[in-house]
This record gives sequence, structure tokens and C-alpha cells, in this order.
Amino acid sequence: MKKTIGKPVLAVGPFHPLQEEIEFFQLTIDGEIVTDIDVRISYNHRGIEKISETLQYDQVPFLVSRICGICSASHPLAYVQAVEEMADITPPDRAMYIRTIINELERIHSHLLWVGLGGHFIGYDTVFMWAWKYREPVLELLEEITGNRNNYGNVKVGGCREDIKDEIIPRMLKELETVERKTDMLTNAILDDPVLHARLKGVGILTREDAIKCAVTGPTARGSGVDIDVRRDDPYAAYSDLDWKVIVQPEGDVFAKAVVRLLETFEAIKIIRQALNKLPGGPIAVEVKDIPAGEAVGHVEAPRGETFHYVRGDGGNTPVRHKVRAPSYVNVPSFAASCIGQSISDVTLTLASVDPCYSCTERIAVIDSDNKIVCDYNMLVKLSREKTQRIKEESGLEGITLKEE
Amino acid sequence: MSYEALKSKLDQISDKLTGIDVKSDKRIFLNCDADNALAVNKFIFEDIGARFCIETGIDCDDRFEIIYHYSYDQTGCIINVKASIFDRDDPRIDSLTPVVSAAEWIEREIHDILGINFNGHPRMERLILADDWPEGVYPMRKDSVKQ
Repeated sequence: MKKTIGKPVLAVGPFHPLQEEIEFFQLTIDGEIVTDIDVRISYNHRGIEKISETLQYDQVPFLVSRICGICSASHPLAYVQAVEEMADITPPDRAMYIRTIINELERIHSHLLWVGLGGHFIGYDTVFMWAWKYREPVLELLEEITGNRNNYGNVKVGGCREDIKDEIIPRMLKELETVERKTDMLTNAILDDPVLHARLKGVGILTREDAIKCAVTGPTARGSGVDIDVRRDDPYAAYSDLDWKVIVQPEGDVFAKAVVRLLETFEAIKIIRQALNKLPGGPIAVEVKDIPAGEAVGHVEAPRGETFHYVRGDGGNTPVRHKVRAPSYVNVPSFAASCIGQSISDVTLTLASVDPCYSCTERIAVIDSDNKIVCDYNMLVKLSREKTQRIKEESGLEGITLKEE
Repeated sequence: MSYEALKSKLDQISDKLTGIDVKSDKRIFLNCDADNALAVNKFIFEDIGARFCIETGIDCDDRFEIIYHYSYDQTGCIINVKASIFDRDDPRIDSLTPVVSAAEWIEREIHDILGINFNGHPRMERLILADDWPEGVYPMRKDSVKQ
């Protein structure tokens, strides 16, 4: 880490049992303003790339789905697409549609999870409870199709493992309608709330130029006006057959990223609905024989951005090199551009707006120059919530009210 | 820029390349020597305007390879620049970080796991390995596996 002797330091991380990516943020502060940020990763390096070289091609999807519990559909799909490209395999149409449906269900539950945690950080615990409540039926649908709420293990080289049975399609469509209605209510409540406008607009801005320089992807890039989406730019699965649009907001602040994620949830519902209605018949996988020597890349638009896999084989039954780049690997360093100049009460929110994994901010401590902890995570969340409260009092507004119809 | 325009633009740097492997309209692999890697990368990032995805470091027994992956999102084309480093005793290559700041972490990671030095990297410190990991042991090198 950078030497910061004599300067007040804010330490964020590194360990918490809930964290999926263990990270450590060291913020140098001047009064309440962040003047520098340093990040240290890999406290829990699992050596996935190395383990992958010891597994057979069809075992690797189970390994890479465990890179991230929430993106457990995107990683295997990116890997499988790379291997299919290497071996020139085209999966059947039905498998392409099933892949699309699973990946979009994943996007819905990931974005709703983000909305909930964002609400928690600023003191809107009702948003947290409701967003997670509406996320639950989506996980149940995933469980019904694949047998698991996470780590679906559904995608394989050449197709899919589990089919979507015809009898559950009407139920899925009904559930989607409910999720859409609830998300619509939540979205209107959030986007119309003047307190949230005051609290989130202009906070943690990542400019378009910085977004391009930091090579960020996904909602972090689209919230800064960078119009990229792998699903449209390099279509895979069944995305090119379906009608949907890429959501882009130019502002680059936390509010813009929230808008992108909320509106993307509706696009995801739209995609799934079309895919279910157009679901072609036929087999869900083709037979795969040997994987020839070669190299290929596969990339997928995960909820947090582009998941990138590079696979090289020598004609044997295991990859000789398998490189994985998760979206947070490029999104997290953009904190240097978005956090500097912010006040401490906005740091948790700015870090969370990238959706690195909320629990990354669960362990925060403000340390003075004698390394005494003067302020912990709870204190920082309190600071963030107090700011919301202040805005409410100054404006005389109550904040959002959610009503179940 | 269409695929044809992209390909004709790549011809401008053909003297710096040792080979072009066009697998499809959307997958291009460019080969070059370590000495020319920075110039080629600079061209792809600044002149073509491709988005930097990541770098991959590979130990190929007789040499090291660094593959720079870019995505040209307008046509969905992935451009891979493959630079070979033949000196196994002192492997080094010019750092891309001064041109593309997003390369900072991955070059530190490749230095950790393969022991490749990136000339001109602003902060060549440990990123992936633990603080008590011994110096000079590189876990992704083929010859270090059995240690």
C-alpha cells in the first residue's frame, strides 16, 4: 500500500464472511474530503485459473460458476462460448434461448439486490426489504429450472443441461408480470423522490473520459454515457433475435447508475418474455467429441459488465491456459476517478454504485495518524444515513412512500 | 468503421507485425515481437479506439506470451495482440499502463505470477500474491508447478 504516515487514513476492508470479493480500500482524507484512494485485492486468491488447467473441458463450467455466486450464469457461459468457438460447435437454437432466459433472470435478481443494498446505505430500509422480497420469486424460478438458486450448473459445451419444461412457462410468465409490476412501483417511487434526487445526483461522478480510460464496462460504463453492451455489440445466445434496447445515461453519478440498473431490469423482463414465447423446439445440446488445439475468447454481458474468458487448448482434454476477467476487475479501479473529492458520507455509496459486491464495504474503519480506529463501518453508514436525513429536514420532504396495491 | 475499414487500418502497422490470423470477422489475432508491442497497442487503443479488455500472460516453455485483448465495440470485433518474449532469464516488455491506465492491475498481476518485468510501469508492486510469498517464485510458470 502507499505510505501515508502522518495523514489521516480511512481503511475499508479487507475481510468479512459475507464478502464474495475481498478487497481493501485505503482512503486518505483531509477533514471529511477524500484526497487519495488505494486498493489492495486478492486476500483470498483461489487460483481458479490454475485449477482450470487441471480440469477437463466439461468440468470447468462448474468451477467458474463458483467465481461469483451472483454471476454464476455469466462466467460458465463466457467460458463455454470460447470453447465452442475453438471447436467450431454450434449449440441448438433451444439451448441458445434457454441460455438467454437464465442470464436475464440472473440480471433481474442481481439488479434488485443492488437496489436494495443501495437503499440500505442511505437509510431507506423499506427499499431494501421490498427489493429483496421481489427478488425472491426470481430465485425460485431459477431453482425450478436448474435445481439451484445460484450456481446453476446449467450451461455446458454444446448446449444446456436442463430444459425449461413447457408446463412451467405459464407460471414463469405470471411471475414475470408480478415482478414487473412491483419493480415498476419501486422504480417510480425511487425516480420520483425529490430526496433521492438531492441525495444521489452529482455524487461520485465518473466522467465519460475517465470511464473510457479506466475501460469500465456494464452499468458503470453505461451510467457514464459509454454506449456499450456485449449483448448487442457481439450478440451471443438468442439476443439478436429479440427486441430490446441498451439503457444509457450520460450523467455518470450514482443516480444515473441506479436509473440504468432499474430500467435494465424491465428490458430483462421484456427479453425473457419474448424468449419464452418464441422458445423453439428440439434438442438442448449437441454431442461434443474432441476439442481441437487452438485458442479463443468468449465474452458475456454479466449484470456488472463484460465477463471475459480466454481459453487455449493443445488438443488434450484440459485447457492449457484459461484467463478470466470479471467485470469488477476493471470497474473497481475507477474508484480513483470517482471517489476523490467526495465526502466520507458519500464514499460507501460511490463504492456501492459500481456494484463491486456490496459486502466489500462491510468492514470500514477510519484511522487517525496514530492508527487508532476512530470510526467503523456502522459509523460510516450512519454518516451516510444522516446526510439523507439532513436533506429531508432541509427540504421538508418525507422521502418515498411505498404502497402495496 | 466496418470490418474492411478496420482491416485496412491494421495494414498501417503491418511492418510491426510478424503475422495476422483472422479467425473470423469478429476475431483477429495479431502477432508481434515484444519490442514492437507498445507501438502496436498504442495504435489499437488510440488510433482505432478499441476498448482495452485485459492482458493474458502465458508460459509457452520456450517463450512467454503476453496477449492484449481489445474489443472494437462498433463491430463487436475482438482484437488480440500477441507479443512474444524470448528471453526467459530476464523477461521484460514495455508497460502499457502509461498509455492505458486500466492495464495497471493486470500488469502487476502478470509480474506476480510469471515474473515478467514491465518497463516504465508506474507502480510495479505486488498485487495478487500474499505479502509473505517468497521473492522469485512465480506460480504460473510451468517449471514452478512441482516446487
